[in-house]
Amino acid sequence: MKNKSLVSIHDYSKKDYLRIMDLAEEFEKNPKKYGRLLSGKVIATLFFEPSTRTRLSFESAVQRLGGKIIGFTDAGSSSVSKGETVKDTIKTVSQYSDLIVMRHPIEGSVRWASEISDVPIVNAGDGANQHPTQCLLDLYTIRQTQKKLNNLTITMVGDLKYGRTVHSLIQAMSYFSPTFHFVSPQELKMPNEYKIFLKEKNIMFEEHKDLNEVMKKSDIVYITRVQKERFSDPIEYEKVKNAFVLKNDMIEGTKSNLKILHPLPRVNEIDQDVDSNQKAYYFKQAHNGVFTRMAIISSILGLK
Amino acid sequence: METKDMKELKVSAIKQGTVIDHIPAQSLFKVISILELQKMDTQITIGYNFESKSMGQKGIIKLADKFPSQKDLNKIALFAPEAKINIIRNYKVVEKDLVQVPDTIEGIVKCMNPKCITNHECVKTKFTVIEKKKVTLKCKYCEKITDQEHFEMK
Repeated sequence: MKNKSLVSIHDYSKKDYLRIMDLAEEFEKNPKKYGRLLSGKVIATLFFEPSTRTRLSFESAVQRLGGKIIGFTDAGSSSVSKGETVKDTIKTVSQYSDLIVMRHPIEGSVRWASEISDVPIVNAGDGANQHPTQCLLDLYTIRQTQKKLNNLTITMVGDLKYGRTVHSLIQAMSYFSPTFHFVSPQELKMPNEYKIFLKEKNIMFEEHKDLNEVMKKSDIVYITRVQKERFSDPIEYEKVKNAFVLKNDMIEGTKSNLKILHPLPRVNEIDQDVDSNQKAYYFKQAHNGVFTRMAIISSILGLK
Repeated sequence: METKDMKELKVSAIKQGTVIDHIPAQSLFKVISILELQKMDTQITIGYNFESKSMGQKGIIKLADKFPSQKDLNKIALFAPEAKINIIRNYKVVEKDLVQVPDTIEGIVKCMNPKCITNHECVKTKFTVIEKKKVTLKCKYCEKITDQEHFEMK
């Protein structure tokens, strides 16, 4: 993993996933021990589009390890607004830093950047394509809550068509013999290519229209946002929007080990009163993002 | 016999070189562009809209004194998967080959994802061929699929 960019979840093997998770666990258990691990290192966070949550998570990870941060928070405050290409920006910033964290709205831009850069790059989201650190923090959270990764029943809810987090998670979890339940509106069903992938791997999955059908079977319920703008017909949205909202009473009678996850930001797909339920785990999931990113950065820099 | 003679008269024979036959007529100019024939300095004969029993209309290219590598010839497989390569020496066909779809493709076609970096900056497209029969390409950058029906020259 040393000096190797992390652009796509496919860049890592099962062994790499496990190594990152073990390392994240070590950082979580011993937060003070590693306060100077990145001492003398400069990490650039280049956010060509704003994403406050992801950027702060990365910056928190770097600061906790004692590294320094340079960068910009949106393209408007950089030379990009003067017409500079991705190529020139990356080539230049790679002279200033030891590692680049990059987010960009154009798909494939981070892979392109990794070919140009003189330092490794971590993808913090390239359009609708990849967001591998989110996937690794999801894996870490699943393992943490279930004490294992094998043979789990995972229910994915919401926008399964465009949601990159669910697509990556399916692929990463495919090493661990899961059973999937997909709950989504007709218009936002899991794309065929992922269903074919699961069939090829002999992984069980079922599709449902109502979350209540599968709540009691699930070890993990992974909820994503259903965006109104994804619907060609706004009436369709109005019809289905409440079928994909998790309410506190729906959690009654579920498995004791069930945990509710969400990549955040949440809008209205999880009722606020679920937050205090012991099975709600999405804020802890966000917390885990910091440890996972600490593990990824220190691993790529060859410091752990 | 008479028909055969007339066919042969349509394009002159070459003493030595390469004949690329069975190019779909609609792909002929794409094949010319992929092989960059405009940069070659030898005699080239190009036949367009020739009658073909199996294809309806076909194209044919005769390159005198040139023997492009199989790797270069394979590049045309995206647009002319059934093309036949004949190597000519002393007016005789000494070798017959078919083109083969390569494992990776660089340049040649566009990624069909309008949001892909290759359609926004000066980046050469790179694909992995994930299906050879009905050629299907996966973009190295945006990881999206471009299928045969949507091939467009870069």
